[in-house]
Amino acid sequence: MDEALLRGLIPRVITILVRRGADFAAAEDAVQDALVQAVRVWPDDPPRDAKGWLVTVAWHRFLDATRADAARRRREDLVDEEPAPGPTPGVDDTLQLYFLCAHPSLTPASAVALTLRAVGGLTTRQIAEAYLVPEATMAQRISRAKRTLSDGGVAPGRARPGPGGGLDRPGDVATVLRVLYLVFNEGYSGDVDLAAEAVRLTRQLAARIDHPEVAGLLALMLLHHARRAARTAPDGSLVPLAEQDRGRWDTASIAEGVEILQAALARDRLGEFQAQAAVAALHADAPTAEETDWVQIVEWYDELTRLTDNPVVRLNRAVAVGEADGPRAGLAALAVLDPSLPRHTAVAAYLHERDGDPETAARLYAEAAHLASNLAERDHLTRQAARLNARRIR
Amino acid sequence: MAKYLLLKHYRGAPAAVNDVPMEKWTPEEISAHVRYMRDFATRLEGTGEFVDGQALAPGGTFVRYDGEGRPPVTDGPFAETKDLIAGWMVIDVDSYERALELAGELSAAPGAGGEPIHEWLELRPFLTEPPTVTE
Repeated sequence: MDEALLRGLIPRVITILVRRGADFAAAEDAVQDALVQAVRVWPDDPPRDAKGWLVTVAWHRFLDATRADAARRRREDLVDEEPAPGPTPGVDDTLQLYFLCAHPSLTPASAVALTLRAVGGLTTRQIAEAYLVPEATMAQRISRAKRTLSDGGVAPGRARPGPGGGLDRPGDVATVLRVLYLVFNEGYSGDVDLAAEAVRLTRQLAARIDHPEVAGLLALMLLHHARRAARTAPDGSLVPLAEQDRGRWDTASIAEGVEILQAALARDRLGEFQAQAAVAALHADAPTAEETDWVQIVEWYDELTRLTDNPVVRLNRAVAVGEADGPRAGLAALAVLDPSLPRHTAVAAYLHERDGDPETAARLYAEAAHLASNLAERDHLTRQAARLNARRIR
Repeated sequence: MAKYLLLKHYRGAPAAVNDVPMEKWTPEEISAHVRYMRDFATRLEGTGEFVDGQALAPGGTFVRYDGEGRPPVTDGPFAETKDLIAGWMVIDVDSYERALELAGELSAAPGAGGEPIHEWLELRPFLTEPPTVTE
């Protein structure tokens, strides 16, 4: 069974059910049931028409669920008026689903879960595994999200979904992009590769909407995804950008990212994802770490600072300044930033090492290891401290 | 089967035999340690005895209720707190003896000089559901 093909059909099947009169929440449930059945049945008995199979099974699930609920007579009347499942029209409302699932009334965690299920076509179990929570917890998160969308639980002053949770009145593009970025950045665990899934969903979005920031995010993802094989050593430890074997970068992914980025930049509507992608592209463009064009990277960080006054951007800029103008300049740029910023101590350690002060650097690396928010980073920083300490002893 | 919690302490356990802070090891020794821990968990998954393992950041906050309509009171982290948990592993094993055996193996993870750390781990049985048959 081609899982990507199957998953690509899910949002289209949901929108077909919605067009036939099901509300979003019921349609999504029915399609999830059909998906779980497909995963079970298709390996031994593949359908001739995958989409038609899903529509038929999901529609029957929907009818069963609706008929079982005697209190919902009104909807049953509606169902009886609908045509029997037959050939499905080629119209694709997937775009509307993206907006609905990233609705501003949803919390980021809910929006992510709902997007992965309704647009990504993942099962609740797969999403739960990817985020390391019990399946029942994830199922609750998803049903609460759908209740928020369909029961008018929308916060005051925000866009409301249409009656019955239809697909009108969506959130905005920025909200959708933030959800996709979150999915990408969570990396992966379990049997679902969330980063690859985020790339797929963003690519699908870019094919449906003409927006430079959508292109910018897709380029950013492709350029980072390209480095993935080189980012971890065989023992699972992190390999910093400067030490990565650039021969292991995925050149096809880089070429695609650069091309998409260039087309987006040419439209002269700069946004933060395009600017971030530009930094990634400059790294990708350098045959060796030494040949990196740090001066241009600093300029892009200046652009980013103008676009979003994000302290993390300023921190990354300090690193770039340290490479472009020397570690003293980097330390000066760092000195004006809040020391409680995540990774501030790690950056200070790196710049002090480059400035020829291994003693201070080792102490700061050990301190940064205590502050690290993930194990791989903590191990990496401890190793940096160990490396400098071992060198001093010898 | 019985579940046990293996607790690793940043602070509060008796000193290990080979008690050297990790940043004073060589990078190779750190790699060997990380590999040992990972292989241990993988082996327990293979024997069907692994349930969960997590590491905790050292910094924490104490929080308590401060009355209706008031935000919770926060304080700490307290330097004088004697006990600081670093992480845990939950195992599901046939006997207490097996739990002891596994805790001993985990404590033998290599540290400075490639020698076992002989770190003290705390082994705590879970309280279980009441049995169906009671007489």
